[in-house]
Amino acid sequence: MDLMAIIRIAMRALARNKLRSILTMLGIIIGVGAVIAMVSVGQGAQQQAQQQIAAMGSNMLYVSSGTVNRNGMRMGWGATKTLVMEDMDAIKKECPAVRDAAPGSQTTAQVVFGSDNWATNIIGTSPQYFDVRTWPFAEGTSFTQDDVTTAANVAVIGETVRKNLFGATEPVGETININNIPFQVTGVLSMKGTSGGFGQDQDDVILIPITTLQKKITGQDWLRWIMVSAISRQASYAAQEQITAVLRDRHRIRPGEDDDFFVRNLADIAQLADQNAQLFTILLGSIASISLIVGGIGIMNIMLVSVTERTREIGIRMAIGATEGDVQQQFLIEAIVLSLAGGAIGIFSGLAASYLITHTLHWPVLVSPAAIIAAVIFSMAVGIFFGFYPARKAARLDPIEALRYE
Amino acid sequence: MTATISQTAPISHSSSGERAVILVEDVHKYYDLGETRVHALRGVSASIERGEFVSIMGASGGGKSTFMNILGCLDKPTSGRYILEGTEVSKLDKKELALIRNRKIGFVFQGFNLLARTTAQENVELPTLYAQVSRDEGRKRAHESLELVGLGDRTHHYPSQLSGGQQQRVAIARALVNRPSILLADEPTGNLDSRTAVEIMDIFQKLNDKGLTIILVTHEPDVAQFAKRSLFFRDGKIRKDEAVLNRPVASEVLKNMPILED
Ligand SMILES: Nc1ncnc2c1ncn2[C@@H]1O[C@H](COP(=O)(O)OP(=O)(O)O)[C@@H](O)[C@H]1O
Ligand SMILES: [Mg+2]
Repeated sequence: MDLMAIIRIAMRALARNKLRSILTMLGIIIGVGAVIAMVSVGQGAQQQAQQQIAAMGSNMLYVSSGTVNRNGMRMGWGATKTLVMEDMDAIKKECPAVRDAAPGSQTTAQVVFGSDNWATNIIGTSPQYFDVRTWPFAEGTSFTQDDVTTAANVAVIGETVRKNLFGATEPVGETININNIPFQVTGVLSMKGTSGGFGQDQDDVILIPITTLQKKITGQDWLRWIMVSAISRQASYAAQEQITAVLRDRHRIRPGEDDDFFVRNLADIAQLADQNAQLFTILLGSIASISLIVGGIGIMNIMLVSVTERTREIGIRMAIGATEGDVQQQFLIEAIVLSLAGGAIGIFSGLAASYLITHTLHWPVLVSPAAIIAAVIFSMAVGIFFGFYPARKAARLDPIEALRYE
Repeated sequence: MTATISQTAPISHSSSGERAVILVEDVHKYYDLGETRVHALRGVSASIERGEFVSIMGASGGGKSTFMNILGCLDKPTSGRYILEGTEVSKLDKKELALIRNRKIGFVFQGFNLLARTTAQENVELPTLYAQVSRDEGRKRAHESLELVGLGDRTHHYPSQLSGGQQQRVAIARALVNRPSILLADEPTGNLDSRTAVEIMDIFQKLNDKGLTIILVTHEPDVAQFAKRSLFFRDGKIRKDEAVLNRPVASEVLKNMPILED
């Protein structure tokens, strides 16, 4: 018998029991909706991470003071005091693959403007920093190399700091107090957003000359890190090797001994962040898939009840000429129609949920067509898998017994 | 060698003439219920020719339904032969049996056995869905079939909106929709009042007049008298096989019966 007729029979049977059909679909609707929404959130995070890293510049390298073994204790990043200004000068001079570099050290401090105050990150660096990070100014300019030489009290502020300290006031030219030392604001950075890899607000920052930070605030003369830009993206791996060689030489590290610094290629960091976001997507997707499987079990459950309830109907169909194959196909198609219809509704509710997440939680969301196609295929597979057993049970009924069933 | 239902070559050693549509030879049927064995049929032989109208009578438990289920290809005999239009049924597989139930045989039950929440029209269409019949053709045939049983104006009613007699007529229309050559009815009037029972017999007589072979199980002599021939079953055997004398015409009988309100 032809498939269209069987589909028609199955559709009629489902239409006869609308409420039950809808309740059966509910599990699949929720499952597919959850998969679509969760994968969209995961992929949104992945895309954002990639965009942020691209904005940072993929030819960037990050050199930081490293670990040291002290009495067998291994200390974390930034534990050594061996990274100094002269290291940066050497990197600039001796590494042909390096275009530019900026030193860095940081602390946190309370900042006051008028009656407002704000606790924020204070980074000490040089004007090259904004170039290396390709970070444009919204207003004003950077402090100058002279300001670094003279350890001047000047500052560049991030957007979050501007918002919290100044509100509607124009910041450039105003004076703020960091640890009760007055600083003149020379510029405001454009907004950078939340870092994908680190999850922190990059705009919650004040940048001052490195010398000013070292002499007037922290009293330390070593660096926490050096930001380096390579001459090209391809050159970043060469730059990594050159920097390592220069620093090992300067720090007198013998062959076989561990580095007392880290050189991080941003291409690597980008890859790592990407992997993290991918893992996040897989995790969310698999949690949501479980609800899809639960939905499938729901279909099987209701289909089994349905076969028992409709024993007499099955007997009648067999008595008027339905073969075992006809009955099996009918119930299988009922299950597939239920799961596909549930899948279709689930896609729409998943899209609606994604929309809500973007607009209420302001999370980045990326709806992928692949997730939708996968949801359709998966819900059909669920229908076939969980519909098969009840359908077979229906087809194996003895017509006479089925007709006698009350 | 496999028999197919299109094969209609007469069986040469048939004892009761060449024109038998149904030929049953020494059919036994027993059910094993654990320790005990229930003998439902203990050697039934009969021959029914095209155009006959046979009633099967007998006390409850006599094996009538078992016999009908075998004739209707819903069940198989434990031993013995059943030849339907020249084809030995015991040699057919399940698929071929389903095909026979769909095309050659119409079955009517005591309890109507209509699908609930399904209109009369859709109930009658059901067998056409399992036949190689186009949708339009199926619809047309179902409508014709309903008109034949006098329900042309009730096509969109649900079983719950119809009286018992009307439901049984829908069931008869369904049994006829694929134009079978045999109609099997197992106590079709068992749940109906006497006037409605005669109305059903009226339909049967008219169908039989047009050449349909009908086999009807009943335990009411009043109903059985409308058939042309009567078989009496007792303890799994046919005890009596006789022609009905002075067969009344149902449409005439109806004229003298009071019309009851549903
Ligand atoms: N499926 C079955 N299993 C066991 N015994 C059965 C079954 N069907 C019928 N029987 C037995 O077979 C005998 C004949 O039953 P049946 O053909 O239904 O008689 P009738 O229709 O004449 O009342 C009865 O004793 C009945 O209990
Ligand atoms: Mg019976």
